[in-house]
Amino acid sequence: MPQFDPSSFPSQIFWLVVSFIALYLVVSRIAVPRIAEVLEQRHRLVQDDIDRAAALKAETDAAIASYEQAMAEARAQAQDHVRSITADVKAIADKKTAEVVAAVTEQITSAEARIAKARSDALDGMKQLAADSARDVVAKLAAITPEAGKVDAAVASALKEAR
Amino acid sequence: MAEEHGAETHGEAEHGAENHGPMHQFEIKPLIDFHVGKYDLSYTNSSLMMTFVVMLTFLLFAGATRKRTMVPSRWQSLAEILYEFNATMVKDNIGKQGLKYLPFVFTLFLFVLLSNVLGLMPYSFTITSHIVVTASLALAIWIGATVIGFARHGFHYFSLLLPKGTPMAVAPFLVLIETMSYFIRPVSLSLRLFANMMAGHVLLKVLAGFIVTLGLLFGWIPLVAVFGITLLEIMVALIQAYVFALLTCIYLNDAVNLH
Repeated sequence: MPQFDPSSFPSQIFWLVVSFIALYLVVSRIAVPRIAEVLEQRHRLVQDDIDRAAALKAETDAAIASYEQAMAEARAQAQDHVRSITADVKAIADKKTAEVVAAVTEQITSAEARIAKARSDALDGMKQLAADSARDVVAKLAAITPEAGKVDAAVASALKEAR
Repeated sequence: MAEEHGAETHGEAEHGAENHGPMHQFEIKPLIDFHVGKYDLSYTNSSLMMTFVVMLTFLLFAGATRKRTMVPSRWQSLAEILYEFNATMVKDNIGKQGLKYLPFVFTLFLFVLLSNVLGLMPYSFTITSHIVVTASLALAIWIGATVIGFARHGFHYFSLLLPKGTPMAVAPFLVLIETMSYFIRPVSLSLRLFANMMAGHVLLKVLAGFIVTLGLLFGWIPLVAVFGITLLEIMVALIQAYVFALLTCIYLNDAVNLH
């Protein structure tokens, strides 16, 4: 077996040491630092992207939150507006209604007064007319001129009975 | 010294006579003579494969990481996968502080992986099928881990030999077992890799020999077997590289974290 021939040992060990050191230099000076660097760079790049995405998401969330808040505020404001306008309108309407009611009431009152007056006037005219007629009738039939006071009293009592 | 050298070449010539045996593939053939003192440090086929391993790694990582794009190219992706595989292994086994050993573990992984895989190519040579290589690596790892352990924990590192919560009655026995297991670590680490690689290659060679022996009529049976076993050997090559690096991590974890 050539493996157990000691004459080849020095050469094999010597060249093993030489090649292993050369290989170690290649690995430790070129391979490891370069690959470590590129892996580190890639890791950082990915991490940066993730961080940026997280920041953007936070921004978006904040924007959404502020939008929601603005929405809520606007809604509340609008409701307040509606409420106050409704109240105003109601107040105005109430005032107008009161005014109208008052005017109408006044008109009714004055109309009633007018009616009452007209009625009493008419009654008075009728009394006069009745008294005059009564006087004429009495004068023509009895040929006497009755006293004005007596005729009026008789007409008034007659009207009271008729009523 | 010159006589010794002569005896060596004579021995190699003898090996050369049995060129087609299944062990021939493990022969060390000097390509460029290089002697320092009484040591024969010739550049051999094994050294050539080691050079390939280093060059391939250099080409892969220097080429793949030249542009370093955020969206990796295929080669860059391969380099990143290999890196992440090792970084995860180190982090899972030793923890964050173990990352300073990542270059070493990564080097070890790549060396064993490429040695195993390149060795599967026909007419190539498998560096890791030689016990002296795997034993050198394993011993270096073991001694290194032990030195780190004593440097970090001082005398306290011996507590590794007595697991927590051991009843005092069995403690001496357990310490003995743990001590043995600690000292057997480099042996098992090197033998596992060496035996796996050698056995697979011998098996392939023997079966491949049958193809020729059985001829056209029955030769396809071992051919199919060789095909299957080649797939298996690729898997073994990958798994053994992983196991070697993983056990290194576990030993380093003992040294760094002491359970």
